[in-house]
Amino acid sequence: MEQLIQVLISGLLSGGIYALASVGLTLIFGIVGLVNFAHGDYLMLAMYIAYWFFSLLGLVPYESMLLNLVIMAVLGYLTYKLLMERVLESSHSIQMLLTLGLSMVLQNLALMLWRADYRNIRVEVTNSTIDIGFLHLGTAKVIGFAVAIVASIILYYFLQKTYTGASMRAVAQNGKAAQLMGINLSRTYCMAFVIGTVLVGLAGLLLSPIYPAYPTIGNSFCTLCFIVVVIGGLSSVPGAIFGGLLIGVVESLAGYYIGSAFQQAAYFLLFILVLVFKPTGLFGHKG
Amino acid sequence: MLKISNINSFYGEVQVLKDVSLQVEQGEIVTIIGANAAGKSTLLSCVSRTLKSFDGQVEFNGTRIEKMKPDKIVDMGLVQCPEGRLLFPGLTVKENLELGAFSKRSRASKKERLEFVYSILPRLKERERQLAGSLSGGEAQMCAIGRGLMANPVLLMLDEPSLGLAPIVVQEIMGLIRNIRDEGTTILLVEQNVRQSLKLADRAYVLENGRIIMEGQGRELLNSEEVKKAYLGI
Repeated sequence: MEQLIQVLISGLLSGGIYALASVGLTLIFGIVGLVNFAHGDYLMLAMYIAYWFFSLLGLVPYESMLLNLVIMAVLGYLTYKLLMERVLESSHSIQMLLTLGLSMVLQNLALMLWRADYRNIRVEVTNSTIDIGFLHLGTAKVIGFAVAIVASIILYYFLQKTYTGASMRAVAQNGKAAQLMGINLSRTYCMAFVIGTVLVGLAGLLLSPIYPAYPTIGNSFCTLCFIVVVIGGLSSVPGAIFGGLLIGVVESLAGYYIGSAFQQAAYFLLFILVLVFKPTGLFGHKG
Repeated sequence: MLKISNINSFYGEVQVLKDVSLQVEQGEIVTIIGANAAGKSTLLSCVSRTLKSFDGQVEFNGTRIEKMKPDKIVDMGLVQCPEGRLLFPGLTVKENLELGAFSKRSRASKKERLEFVYSILPRLKERERQLAGSLSGGEAQMCAIGRGLMANPVLLMLDEPSLGLAPIVVQEIMGLIRNIRDEGTTILLVEQNVRQSLKLADRAYVLENGRIIMEGQGRELLNSEEVKKAYLGI
């Protein structure tokens, strides 16, 4: 029983970071309408940024958080302005080719600039644990979970309670009508893309003390984010948060009780089950 | 106030608008009538610039606007209530209305505008916490008009406000449009409901297959043999 609780909570903690990365993808898909296959590569970039701040300046990732996120926001802005804005009215296949291509370029750029070596950030939180009774939880995971959940809740509050947030939801629901209200579509898309990129960057930063950075780390996270987003119902932020936590738990349970080789298989199986029994996703609507 | 000159617009190979010109003067209710697919909504999309590719000139209060961005046009007070209402279904009635005041011209006075809209459409106040997707047809149309009014329009363009509504609700909407004009907002009304809109309008244009084939006083057209035959079935 103690084992089960330990495994469940450990899964939830990872799930928080998956949720955060997936909320970013949900925003980009739900508001801008882009299927962004390069999403995971921004996670990779944020991990490298955290790594370089650590190895060159000795900053723990949490200390360089603000700078890291500002850099991610600038990268997101440039990506939107230089690339994404040009394909907004193109077909989905063109958009996917662009984001897939961008993903390859970013991965190979990272390979060229920083080589294929695993870059580890070894700081105090990497190996320390927080012990509550029989529970032993990695400090970095607990911090990551807490920051991720707070960030997701702030985002949700921003979307639900602020005027700008309402305008973003309006654009997601009906772009033409939003335009007729005087809402500048391009500016709203840009904002959503930048926020999405910053969120996945934050997820990368939170992972960096426990995961090594390497050029293709984005791939597995990108797949994971897509699964979470589909399970959550495509453009639902609460759905993505729930989906992320669920995947974290499933992965953790499968890893402990079946074997770590089955972690991915387990959440793919869950993904297939959701598609079979509730194709609109757990929080999705018809249509 | 609004002057549309020689607009041509194509949808693929098909020419939807053929050399359309019309004018709306301050304080008028002008209606454009015509059958389905005559090009009425396309014309409004050209004016609001949600349609980007068309030829011709659009002038609003002396400023050429045919190359402006849609949000700039709303900033000038030229506001459209689109066909099919296009409310934001997952947002509450109040959120829908508030977003109507998104443009620079009315954002600062959002609260006052909301009070004004509630004062002329009290039913929306009762429903303010409800999701817009759950409104009945008539209420949804009122919400759409209210959302348009939130922008503090100089000229309000209404695209088929009577679509799909019961006759008694249509009467109510037409009365509302008259009130809005009497409060000082010029109206350009696009309608398939020819009888009701001609009764209401000061002047009217008849659009057929993308071309303006007739224009005149509302009453005059209502009594014209051609309109009677083609649109009123008499």
